[in-house]
Amino acid sequence: MTGHVFHPGHHELHGITVVLETAGPVTYVGRFDTQDDEGLHLKDVAVHQEGADPRTKSKFLADCGKFGIPARRKSVTVPAYQVIRISRLAELEARSQDG
Amino acid sequence: MPYDPQLVQPMRDEMLRMGAREMTTVAEVDAALGDLKGTALVFVNSVCGCAAGNARPALALALKHATRPGQVLTVFAGQDLDAVARARQYFSEYQPSSPSIALLQDGELVHFVHRHQIEGRPPQAIAADLIAAFDRFCGATSAV
Repeated sequence: MTGHVFHPGHHELHGITVVLETAGPVTYVGRFDTQDDEGLHLKDVAVHQEGADPRTKSKFLADCGKFGIPARRKSVTVPAYQVIRISRLAELEARSQDG
Repeated sequence: MPYDPQLVQPMRDEMLRMGAREMTTVAEVDAALGDLKGTALVFVNSVCGCAAGNARPALALALKHATRPGQVLTVFAGQDLDAVARARQYFSEYQPSSPSIALLQDGELVHFVHRHQIEGRPPQAIAADLIAAFDRFCGATSAV
């Protein structure tokens, strides 16, 4: 069962916890599922909204890296045109520790 | 809805082969962690091949290291729901994810590996991080 995958054939980010930054004030952190005509589908998602959340985006992301994802939404679909960047949370965390 | 038990049995067996003790009830969790002396590793198992498919082999590699936790325990997310919920109460400062790995020492959480720190990484890299934690927090004790 080592290396067994129940859901092969998906997007390269399928199952990976990503930070999805949008052109607006909202940033999503969640598990990438799929992408289709509707947009990018994330599961178990935490949402940060600049101005509404008492933490800055960078503090929110640092907390996600350290304490895990405070997933308040089971799933979110973000239209592709709203997305300006997708990063792996683990890579952001590693970069912040290096820098 | 939980996966078919027959489907996940090989993933349970993989943990048992490396010497882990399975906790499937709240009582078993409390018996193991309620008055913990020494060190214990709790592996929150998962059917997810994206992460657990690397996490289990990583743990198997790490447990070959001379310094290792006094106990190796496991609960299965999405399967043994009550046991998992109770286990997570022992490391409640961290958000739940699966697979994940908690290392406790005398009842205190001393190291935690989130799912996002497992995803996409080779077992050797995950094992190296675990071994560093074992060297830091565990005495030269043998598991199970």
